[in-house]
Amino acid sequence: MGRIAIVVGFFALVILLAVGLKRDPREVPSPLIGKPAPAFELPRLAGAERFSPAEMRGKVWLLNVWASWCVTCRDEHPVLVDFAATKRVPLVGLNYKDQRDEALKWLSRFGDPYQFSVVDADGRIGIDYGVYGVPETYVIDRAGVIRFKQIGPVTAELLKAKILPMIAELEK
Amino acid sequence: MSRLAALAGALCIACTAFAREAAPLAEDPKIETRLIAIAEELRCLVCQNESLIASRADLAMDLKRQVREQIRAGKSDQQIRDYMVERYGDFVLYRPPVKSTTLVLWVGPFALLIAGLCTVWIFVRRRRTAQGATLSAEQEARANELLANRANDASR
Repeated sequence: MGRIAIVVGFFALVILLAVGLKRDPREVPSPLIGKPAPAFELPRLAGAERFSPAEMRGKVWLLNVWASWCVTCRDEHPVLVDFAATKRVPLVGLNYKDQRDEALKWLSRFGDPYQFSVVDADGRIGIDYGVYGVPETYVIDRAGVIRFKQIGPVTAELLKAKILPMIAELEK
Repeated sequence: MSRLAALAGALCIACTAFAREAAPLAEDPKIETRLIAIAEELRCLVCQNESLIASRADLAMDLKRQVREQIRAGKSDQQIRDYMVERYGDFVLYRPPVKSTTLVLWVGPFALLIAGLCTVWIFVRRRRTAQGATLSAEQEARANELLANRANDASR
């Protein structure tokens, strides 16, 4: 009787630890989900206009944090280019702690999936959005509320399984 | 010997070179003291097992700049911690508040410890009673007989 209890307890502990090992410690749940996207007003990467998220009211849109120095962004990039080609929802880039000319070079070399990018040169807006590992992508609804945050690259699978259904749901 | 002296000399030069390269301390030591106190309790998100104050990661430097600015703006320690939690969640705190999502974290280790102690206690107790009960009635009678004989021998 007691031996069974010990064996059961042991396996419960093993399962608990195994689950803990499988989880990605880099994925910290964002406290910003369900909160309004922090306001900002930033210059665009190309052109003299400025952009503030308030302009997107009434639209579901994606905000993608990227940088030319970010290696993983290169992996993610083709997925975003394909996504942008479908013209499903606006995709805005937040060019995070980057050099302007490097960023522009990067876009002309690998393609520009963004409706436009805005410049967060010193990373202050990134901090407001809880950015800690570029690339990160936010799904923002019509009311300007953050509904989803992807830490790390957006993959074709994630787009299909999670982001696109979510956009459809939010546009209802 | 001269080689040793040369080595010592080289080391001294290396040390001074290092000292010269060290990052300059911020202007105000008072702000710096508070920054250290606050940032020791905050986790760096890039290198997760380092505190914000120990980390040299780019984001950690930015966050420290942010904390410095807030100290200068007269924010309280609690306000600064809240600022971090609003953006990065309870995860940034080395001592997260006790609430439903962090309960396992706070209670878990003690629960495991108590479970372990209980197991040991049951084990030890069972073994003790098991040892006491290994003699059958027959064996016990025989043992008593032997003891009695021994007592007789001694008294003789």
